[in-house]
Order: sequence, then structure tokens, then C-alpha cells
Amino acid sequence: MDSTISPHPISHQPESWWRYLSFSVDHKVIGLQYLVTGFFFYLVGGVLAGMIRTELATPISDFLSHEAYNEVLTMHGTVMIFLWIVPVVNGAFGNYLVPFYVGARDMAFPRLNAVAFWMIPPAGLLLIGSYFIGGASQSGWTAYPPLSLTTPATGQLVWIFSVLLLGGSSILGGINFIATILKLRRPGLKLMQLPMYCWAMLGTSILVVLSTPVLAGTLIMLAFDIVAHTGFFSPALGGNAVVYQHLFWFYSHPAVYIMVLPAFGLVSEILPVHARKPLFGYTTMVYSILAIVFLGLIVWAHHMFTSGTPPWMRLFFTIATSFIAVPTGIKFFNWLATLWGGKIAINSAMLFACAFIVNFVLGGITGVALAQVPFDIHVHDTYFVVAHFHYIVYGGTVFVIFSSVYHWYPKFTGRMLNEPLGTLHFLLTFIGFNLCFGPQHWLGINGMPRRVSEYDPQFTLMNQLSSVGALLMAISTLPFLFNVFYSAFRGEVSGDNPWRALTPEWLTSSPPPVENWEGPAPHVEHPYGYGMVDPA
Amino acid sequence: MTSLIPSSSVEHGTTAGLEEGHGDFRLFGLGLFLVADGMTFAGFFAAYLTFRAVNPLPVGGSYELELLLPTINTILLVVSSFTFHRAARQLRLGDGARCRQWLLLTVALGAAFLASQMFEYFSLPFGLTSNLYASTFYLLTGFHGLHVFLGVMLILIVWWQARAGGSINSQSHFGLEAAELYWHFVDGIWVVLFGIVYLL
Repeated sequence: MDSTISPHPISHQPESWWRYLSFSVDHKVIGLQYLVTGFFFYLVGGVLAGMIRTELATPISDFLSHEAYNEVLTMHGTVMIFLWIVPVVNGAFGNYLVPFYVGARDMAFPRLNAVAFWMIPPAGLLLIGSYFIGGASQSGWTAYPPLSLTTPATGQLVWIFSVLLLGGSSILGGINFIATILKLRRPGLKLMQLPMYCWAMLGTSILVVLSTPVLAGTLIMLAFDIVAHTGFFSPALGGNAVVYQHLFWFYSHPAVYIMVLPAFGLVSEILPVHARKPLFGYTTMVYSILAIVFLGLIVWAHHMFTSGTPPWMRLFFTIATSFIAVPTGIKFFNWLATLWGGKIAINSAMLFACAFIVNFVLGGITGVALAQVPFDIHVHDTYFVVAHFHYIVYGGTVFVIFSSVYHWYPKFTGRMLNEPLGTLHFLLTFIGFNLCFGPQHWLGINGMPRRVSEYDPQFTLMNQLSSVGALLMAISTLPFLFNVFYSAFRGEVSGDNPWRALTPEWLTSSPPPVENWEGPAPHVEHPYGYGMVDPA
Repeated sequence: MTSLIPSSSVEHGTTAGLEEGHGDFRLFGLGLFLVADGMTFAGFFAAYLTFRAVNPLPVGGSYELELLLPTINTILLVVSSFTFHRAARQLRLGDGARCRQWLLLTVALGAAFLASQMFEYFSLPFGLTSNLYASTFYLLTGFHGLHVFLGVMLILIVWWQARAGGSINSQSHFGLEAAELYWHFVDGIWVVLFGIVYLL
């Protein structure tokens, strides 16, 4: 089956699974470390989300105290963003795939890579541990002052320290990706021959390096306000809380692209393989990513239209934000054109990837709507924003993560995931997700505020629908978890290249040997050359 | 399986030897780190300038600072960049002993900067929590001072490694180049800081 791809199938190294718990510098081990760690925190964040939806199943506050509800929603946001989405969509797939894509045997700085990973478990444990040392942070994942200055200080400080660790990990990872993609490419491999995920990771890493340090500095200032009683962000002490919002969103808007650009890249790898067609509009895809990186850095104040921003600022940020729809729309239509007329295989990876396109365009449309000042002021801090955000990060990125797991699981393990279980997982996730977050658009437009555990009884039905959807999403993880464990031992043996893909990670054994290729790295000029060249 | 891989898109074995070993891009990585570090400063500068533009100065406060000491400090740091450069050049010329002398001079200049800044801190009429302006002043100069302190430590390490028989010599001197790049960065940040905080 793999006579040319891997002329001498490599017998798999007999290293024990202990290496996954060690300070390994192998990019593939580190990638899987990120993936499994991230998934653990996904389950933690999911339990927290379940507690939120349980509380909101009734209009009165009957399940959690107000303080506990605040803690739960803060932890849910922080865990899901900093410990699940960012590490997995960047750290896990980035570390596993980017060295293959540039034709290298490891990342540019392997030890730095391991350091970056091993900053994450302590940060996560610290965050969860803050529950047990006087209560977790209650000020939401945005930690806006003056709220974050008046809520219990211990939890807030642990939160700050944890996020600083995670941000540091992210910066070290970003430096590594930029150096790997720009400097470690196999000789002769041109930038415009790289698989799209490399471009996505390059753009993402530029955002990480430019914006994450600003968040770190801001949180250091916030910590000074809490510990030393400086008054940077405290109006009572002559400070300015809006400056915090500017600095925070200078990171946290690009953070949305840090979470979604890699997903764009991953889906651009998955669609051509299962549609058996070249990726449509490669060049426009590349320039769209670069445009999103640039625009993503100059739109942050659209989160602050109700923070007393002057009219000229509102005008600028509305226009800049609306412009992002152009490169994003280009990518959307390119994905559709990639599918168009393809020989589409309907499997779990493809189901999740196509659902991503649907969910993401819905989240994108509400995003453009939110960029318009009059509408934004109407729905600011309501469930409409919650719905929009989850359509982007869950309907967008998390769907792509699941798609990627189905796509690359044979690469990781040499075995296929079970397809019927995958389809069940997809149906439960897709229905549950839309049932959970779809009604929240209606709730938001009709005025239900977010981050409050009680609501007007007129919103009861829609909230209960949403909670049923959340229950379906919780159930959907069961077939997935069973599938992943079962298939690791009993799954159908996949062979080296079950999808007959052309990207370089498939041109070696599955799972790959320690240094990726037995011989020299293959030179892949056309990673999407399906049907372009006559089969040999 | 064979037939599915377009023959022209995959070539095996044509580059044997090319990929074994690669260039040293640790300085490139350090440069990226300094970009990130510079963005932290940029955030602080942006906060400082916004505070100054938007928030009223507290009663009795003033943006005016004594300039003599900071000006001397600026000269110390700028000169130290040149002495470090001389040190690196001496090492490349193969004169390790002369290199270490220039490094020690750089350390002395850095330490003098720190001592001078401590003296300035103790003679200022305001403390960390006196008002918004004072807090931001100490944040910016303190964060920069921390960088200078780390730089002095780095140079001392490099000075030790550059001894006869040490790991840094005229053939292998990444540590020295990295410390030099970092030191120039810290110097450059100070010039910006001096302009914004003291002169503006």
C-alpha cells in the first residue's frame, strides 16, 4: 500500500507511553501533550458550562449562590479560552503539523517548545486550585476594573498569575512557530508552497507576539492595583478604568483571531483531502490571512462602544471591523469553491468541517452586525454577544478541532476512529450546539443581560431550550471519549495514508518515526495537487 | 497507493545532506522575544500617554522632573552600548582579555545607572501610590530598571564564560552576541522612555 511513500516501513519505536509525561522535546509528543491536556480542560470547562445552564434553566437563582455563579462563569471563560482553545488549536496541531509542513525534523527551538508546554499544567492547576484557597475570581474572563478590584483579591491574583503563565507559554510558542516557518523550511521549499495551516500559524504567531505582551503588562498593572493600591484603573484613586479596556482588548480582540485563524488553516487542510480537489484560491487565502492579521490589530475598540468612546473612534472602529468581513468572506467562498464539484467523502472529519462553514458564517454575520454602533449599543452585554461569540469559538473553532481529531487520529495512532460513533458524535454536537446557542440570539435582542443568574420569566422557554441543547452537547462527548479510547486499541488499522492525502505529514509512516522521516524529507511542491498531475 | 501521489510533486532523495544541520537562528528567536518585550513597554507607554492626555493632574502635582541625573543616566547607557560593542569586536579579533575588560566597563556603567536611578527614586518628592502619574512613572522606570539589572547579570555571566578556557571564545560567541542585542534593546528603550517621561 505504501510502496513509494515509505519504501521501508519503519518499525515503530518501542518507547513507552511514559514519554508523554516527560520533558520530551519531540514536537509530535509535545503536540499530543497539548491535545490531551487541552481536552482535559475542555471537560472541566464543560462541567462549568453545565452548571451555568443548570442555573439558567429556571428564572430564579436556585442552584448556585450569586458569588458561586460569578466564579463559575469566570472559570468557564478562562479555562475554555486559555487552556482549551488556544493551546489546542495552536499548540497541539501547530506542534504536530508545522515541522512536517516545512520539511523539518522538529521545531526550531525544541527545548523552548517543551518549556512552553510545561507552563500550562501548573497554570491550569493553579486556576482550578483557586477555588480551594478563598474562592476563584469572580470578575469574568475580562477582569474589568473596578469590578476586579472589589471582588475577593486572592482569587483575582491567582487568576492574574495563571493567565500570565499561559500568556508567557503562548508567546514562547509563537516565537517558535515564526522561527520554524521562516527559518527552518526545507531548502528549496518556497513560502507560497506551504500548506495553508503554516500561513495561518504564521499569522497567528505574529498576533501572539505583538498582542499578548500587552495583556501581560496590563495584568501586571492590575496586580499592582490590587496588591500595592496604586490607582491605575481605579477611578476612586484618580485612575482610568477605560485604559484597562483599551489595553485588554488590544490583546483580546486579536485573541479571537489567535483562536480562529488556526482553525481556518486546519479546515483548509481537511476540505481538499476529502473533496479530492485542490484548495481553491491559495494566493487569495494567504493574503486574506495577512489582511486579517493587520485588521485584527486595529479593531479592538468595537468591544467598547458603550464605554464612552468618542464618535470619531466609533466611526473608525466600525469601518475597520466591517472590513474584516472582506478577507473572511474570501476564505468562506474559497472553501465553498473547494467543495464545488469535488468528489466529496462524507465522513466524520468532513461533517464537522462542513458544519464549521455553516456555523462560522452565522457567527460572522452577527459579528458584522455587532460592529455597527446603533445595533451594538442595543445588544451590548446581552445574550446576543454570548451567542455570537460561541458561534465563532465553538461553532467555528471547536468544530474544527473535532474535525481535525477525526482527520489526524490515524496519523497519531495508526488506527481509524469508528465512523458510526463519529456520526453520532457529530449529530449530537451539531443539534446540541445550535439548540444551545441559537435561542440566545433571540434572548439577547429581547434584552436578557449576560452574566446574571436570574432573569425575567418571559425568557424561561428559550433558556430551557438552550439548557437542553447544552445537555445534548454534554452527552455528545461520551461517544467521542469512548471512540478515542476504544479505537486506540481496537480501531481498524489505518495504514500510513488512509485518506490518500498529499500533504507531507502523510508521506511517512503512521505514527511517524522520531525524526519524522526515515530518509530525507520529501519535497512537496503541490500539497493540494489532487487531480492536477496525471497519476504516475 | 503509489498512483495517487503525483510523481512531480514528491521527490525523494534529491536533497540528501542538505537538511542535516541548519543555520543558527537563536538570535532571530531572541529578536522576536525582544519584539514581544518591546510591545509590553509599548503598552505601558500607551497607558502613560493616555493617562496624561485624559486624566487631570492631581492638585499640587507636576510633570516636571529634575533632569540632571536622568541625562547623566542616558549618557551612561548610550556609552555602555558602545563599550559592549567594543568588547564584541575585541572577541572577534581574538583578544579575549581585552574583551573582558570592555565587558567589565559595561557592567560598571550599567551598575552606575542603577545606583543613580536608586538615588533619583529616594530624592523624588512622590512615592509609588502618591498619584496616577507617580505610579506610572515608577512602573515604567522600574520595569526598565529590572531589564538593566538582568542585563548586568547577563554581562557578568558572559564575562565569566569569556575567561581563558571558557565556553565563549572567538569561534563560539552566541552568548555574547545575545547579551549584546539585549543590551542595545534595553538602551534603546531607555532613550524612548527618557524622551516620553522626562522631556515631554
